[in-house]
Amino acid sequence: MSTELTDQVPAAAPPGKSGGSASGGGLLQLMLDGLRRNMRQYGMLIALGLIVALFAVWTDGDLLLPRNVSNLVLQNSYILILAIGMMLVIIAGHIDLSVGSLTAFVGAFAAVLTVQHSVAWPFAVALCLLVGAVAGSVQGFLIAYLGIPSFIVTLAGMLLFRGLTEIFLEGQTLGPFPDGLQKMGNGFLPETGPETNYHNITLLLGLALIVFAVLQEVRDRRRQQEFSLDVLPRNIFLLKLTAIVAAILVVTMLLASYKGAPIVLIILGVLVVGYGYVMRNAVFGRHIYAIGGNLPAAKLSGVKDKKVTFHVFLNMGVLAALAGLVVAARLNAASPKAGLNFELEAIASSFIGGASMSGGVGTVLGAIIGGLVLGVLNNGMNLLSVGTDWQQVIKGLALLAAVGFDVWNKRKSGS
Amino acid sequence: MAGPVLEMRSIVKTFPGVKALSDVTLTVRQGEVHAICGENGAGKSTLMKVLSGVHPHGSYEGEILFEQEVCRFKDIRASEQHGIVIIHQELALVPFLSLAENIFLGNEHATRGFINWNDTLRHATALLRRVGLDDHPETRVADIGVGKQQLVEIAKALSKKVKLLILDEPTAALNDEDSGKLLDLILELKKQGITSIIISHKLNEIRRVADSVTIIRDGKSIETLDVKAPETTEDRIISGMVGRDLDHRFPERTPHQAEVGAAPALEIRNWTVHHPIDQQRTVVDDVSLQVRRGEIVGVAGLMGAGRTELAMSVFGRTYGRYAGGTVLKDGKEIRTKTVAEAVGHGIAYVTEDRKHYGLNLIDTINRNISLTALGKVAKRGIVDEHEERQVSEGYRTSMNIKAPTVFEPVGKLSGGNQQKVVLSKWIFAGPDVLILDEPTRGIDVGAKYEIYTVIDQLAAQGKAVVFISSELPELLGMCDRIYTMAAGRLTGEVPRAEATQEVLMRQMTKDKEVTR
Repeated sequence: MSTELTDQVPAAAPPGKSGGSASGGGLLQLMLDGLRRNMRQYGMLIALGLIVALFAVWTDGDLLLPRNVSNLVLQNSYILILAIGMMLVIIAGHIDLSVGSLTAFVGAFAAVLTVQHSVAWPFAVALCLLVGAVAGSVQGFLIAYLGIPSFIVTLAGMLLFRGLTEIFLEGQTLGPFPDGLQKMGNGFLPETGPETNYHNITLLLGLALIVFAVLQEVRDRRRQQEFSLDVLPRNIFLLKLTAIVAAILVVTMLLASYKGAPIVLIILGVLVVGYGYVMRNAVFGRHIYAIGGNLPAAKLSGVKDKKVTFHVFLNMGVLAALAGLVVAARLNAASPKAGLNFELEAIASSFIGGASMSGGVGTVLGAIIGGLVLGVLNNGMNLLSVGTDWQQVIKGLALLAAVGFDVWNKRKSGS
Repeated sequence: MAGPVLEMRSIVKTFPGVKALSDVTLTVRQGEVHAICGENGAGKSTLMKVLSGVHPHGSYEGEILFEQEVCRFKDIRASEQHGIVIIHQELALVPFLSLAENIFLGNEHATRGFINWNDTLRHATALLRRVGLDDHPETRVADIGVGKQQLVEIAKALSKKVKLLILDEPTAALNDEDSGKLLDLILELKKQGITSIIISHKLNEIRRVADSVTIIRDGKSIETLDVKAPETTEDRIISGMVGRDLDHRFPERTPHQAEVGAAPALEIRNWTVHHPIDQQRTVVDDVSLQVRRGEIVGVAGLMGAGRTELAMSVFGRTYGRYAGGTVLKDGKEIRTKTVAEAVGHGIAYVTEDRKHYGLNLIDTINRNISLTALGKVAKRGIVDEHEERQVSEGYRTSMNIKAPTVFEPVGKLSGGNQQKVVLSKWIFAGPDVLILDEPTRGIDVGAKYEIYTVIDQLAAQGKAVVFISSELPELLGMCDRIYTMAAGRLTGEVPRAEATQEVLMRQMTKDKEVTR
């Protein structure tokens, strides 16, 4: 974080942002400055890299085996889905404790529909998402319009949905699900085309993604020039493009050399890109940051704070329902104990990923990074056969270290 | 005549960048009621904070003698041990604790950490009697009115064996009846030998209770007058308060010629607002005013006059409870019940408290500027980041906001630059009417001039500007007309040609006579 405002230091753009001013200044200066500005995000990305490297070494490379990478995605997808919604809630200055229970409730509802009543699975999925939306909007209404603190409302929701789940399932586990629904949790993209050693569709998808990303970056740069804004110097821009292409390529090859891309990864990818875009570029996203950052100022700027809060919780409900479907599909059963402590994992992911207790700060990408830090810790320790007792201790320390580092860093830079 | 109980000699207090007190000498005699008056920002409150140890010894220069003894208070506790108790403007009571608990807060009747309730209640009852309250000491503070709460504060002071009682604008939040009771109590305490210092700008109050008055202006003590002397008239006090030259600089303005026939851009008729909690109190009382395009209209008034309350209640009812009145834009009645409606009708309110109500300090300059009018840089709900950045870069240049890029968090900017961001934000919203509430508060002289220039340009572009300010020179330098307010009422309207500090100050201190 830069403290002086008088010197003309060229500044790198915020994370994920495709521009930045670099009217003079060397490459090193530019990178240092960008790093200082976004210490938390880069810090966590570096930490994630270190954790991956460490566990890769400790597990003799097992961590990065294609099969395990696939597994890692499947294991953490639902927490990541929840973390996206939770990040929005926390940015808005609230909290949602009910998502774990809601996840279980929706899973139970899906089971009752498809297993007991043989409802067609696409229809059941739609109904489940609707249930999530209703649950979210009721909580959102109580919080936004009646002014009951979100902690209380969602604490009540946590008890309520958990209880309803048990009532619904009569304490039993219900399954198995129809094939289509199962695929949501542990299915992979279908395979066609000539026999290669890799998964063809995944390769094509990766290729498409690379083309799309490069085009997007180039278009963005041209637009910036159109508006006569400063752009990244040519060589740095090329460096950035190379890094993006390399990252996509590595992940694509890893996945393609096993069974291909998991379906839930596609869902997750769409969510990350979509929500990232909304939070950065949509008026709605801006308003979430505004009410979380300074509620009275946002109100006086004409932001409809109640409406925004309501929709944030409605959205959380829908995402919790989606997570519930994925969990149930992955376990191939609805259980009364499903989704236990998921809300805490999602909250921890958000805070590790840069959210602030007082709201107004955080990014969707941050929530994903935070979720992956926890996910890799989980997976890595499982591979090393560390017991769940010690896993919890270590995850607790990781959360404390991440937030502690942030507080320390802020104090040092005097902001 | 008794000797001095308190002497403050050549007090100098500097905050980073500002000299709040440059040379204040104050002598208070034993057993008198001593008033201190001066304009907002003259340094009255700072002086009392120095005296009570809020600003500890060593953070100021000069000497304090209390009862002929040199005092070096390191905190409030130290000054209280000497019997100096200050009652701040904002009441410092805990609403959900009882009267007795509040009176002895931090000073509990306890043995080894356990409160002796019988003792507490007995003493609390006695103290409450002394200040004229017969409420039960176990009543919660939240359940009694503001007037009584002020008396509880005094009871709390008495429990600390007070010798010198300091009251910072004690009647600012009170209605007439409660004010009367409070002033009576001060006189009663005087009979019991308690010396009081009362900060006030209500001249009728000063005349009623004070024996002498010290006038502070621009951080200096100007003079001390004997209130009972015949030559000490209200005009005499006023000229002491304002007697400074117009040495500030303002951009050259051509006063606006009102277009005959055209309806005013904004007209407020019979606007009345009640206090949000204490609905007995009328904060804005039947105020009517108007402003035309191209005109800068000032609103002058002292603290508690109801200027901000008027502005905020008109702007989307963001203050208090609406109790009557209409708003007209270009001659047509409009609804301004929500901020969105007010903004939609082309009204902008630039708050006096930019940190709490104006800016999202943790967000960037860029996003703060675009927030109110995001729709202008967005298509179908999606913000065009490049256009947004171009717009805010434009304001960074034209408003001379000193920051390397528009991606700088606003919280890191200086006050003057923050103010420029707030102004940019509202100018970008494209309003016809701008209500500026203390737009130059807490910023340095250079930045002030820049802000004045912007305001002048806005008027020249045909916007109507309402300029609320406590600094009379800037109103005189900038405005075509000036309204004055006191205690929620409009007390005058002065055209530029007739406006002087003395005229305005007289109208600003025109309060209803305190009853009883």
